[in-house]
Amino acid sequence: MAEDTVTIRYFARLREELDTDGESVPCAGARTAGDLLAQLASRGGPWQQLVEGQPVMIAVNQAMARPETPVQPGDEVAFFPPVTGG
Amino acid sequence: MSEVRVGEADFDVAQEYARLRDSGGGTGAIATFTGLVRDSGDLSGVTGLYLEHYPGMTEQVIEDLIRQARERWQLRAVRVIHRVGTLKLTDQIVFVGVASAHREDAFAACQFLMDILKTSVPFWKKELTESGEHWVEQKDTDVRLGDRWGE
Repeated sequence: MAEDTVTIRYFARLREELDTDGESVPCAGARTAGDLLAQLASRGGPWQQLVEGQPVMIAVNQAMARPETPVQPGDEVAFFPPVTGG
Repeated sequence: MSEVRVGEADFDVAQEYARLRDSGGGTGAIATFTGLVRDSGDLSGVTGLYLEHYPGMTEQVIEDLIRQARERWQLRAVRVIHRVGTLKLTDQIVFVGVASAHREDAFAACQFLMDILKTSVPFWKKELTESGEHWVEQKDTDVRLGDRWGE
């Protein structure tokens, strides 16, 4: 039921440490990107780093976002470490 | 006139410069920046870099930065190239080139684009050495250099 899920993507160090580049998760109780982070972090283990330790940057539908940014079913939400290009 | 390229392919600065120069008789100044793979960063003995990005978002964010630069300065041409994948020591990583009527706008826009690119565009560098790999940490100095341009 794609209608009730959001697509999550992970990059760089997070992609490696979580051992996945993305997944589709139900977003029934999640109204913001921060809610999603908390939901994922509750899996424990390496997932806890999403809410503690090093900062996590957020993009919603490929635009930089913040924990309070709203998310809706069908959105693409990305979590990644601070960027280091250039 | 602007162009953004993100990919594994290398670039030729002379060719990029020629395209910037070909921006009409009103162009009086061209500023360019090229970033290279260096032998030390977070680690010493760096032999190469692996660069990851967020395809789709990367290009959009750079296009948006160019729009912001055009609002702040009079720019006649802008070219931004950023490589991804595995790069060796001394390889070229990034090119920013700006053509304008005057040097102030060309220098400022070139520096703005590089500073903001470092802190706002979804690229990540991993340093490769003989003894292991390390995801580069974002530097406070880079954040300060980005912040000086305001929102």
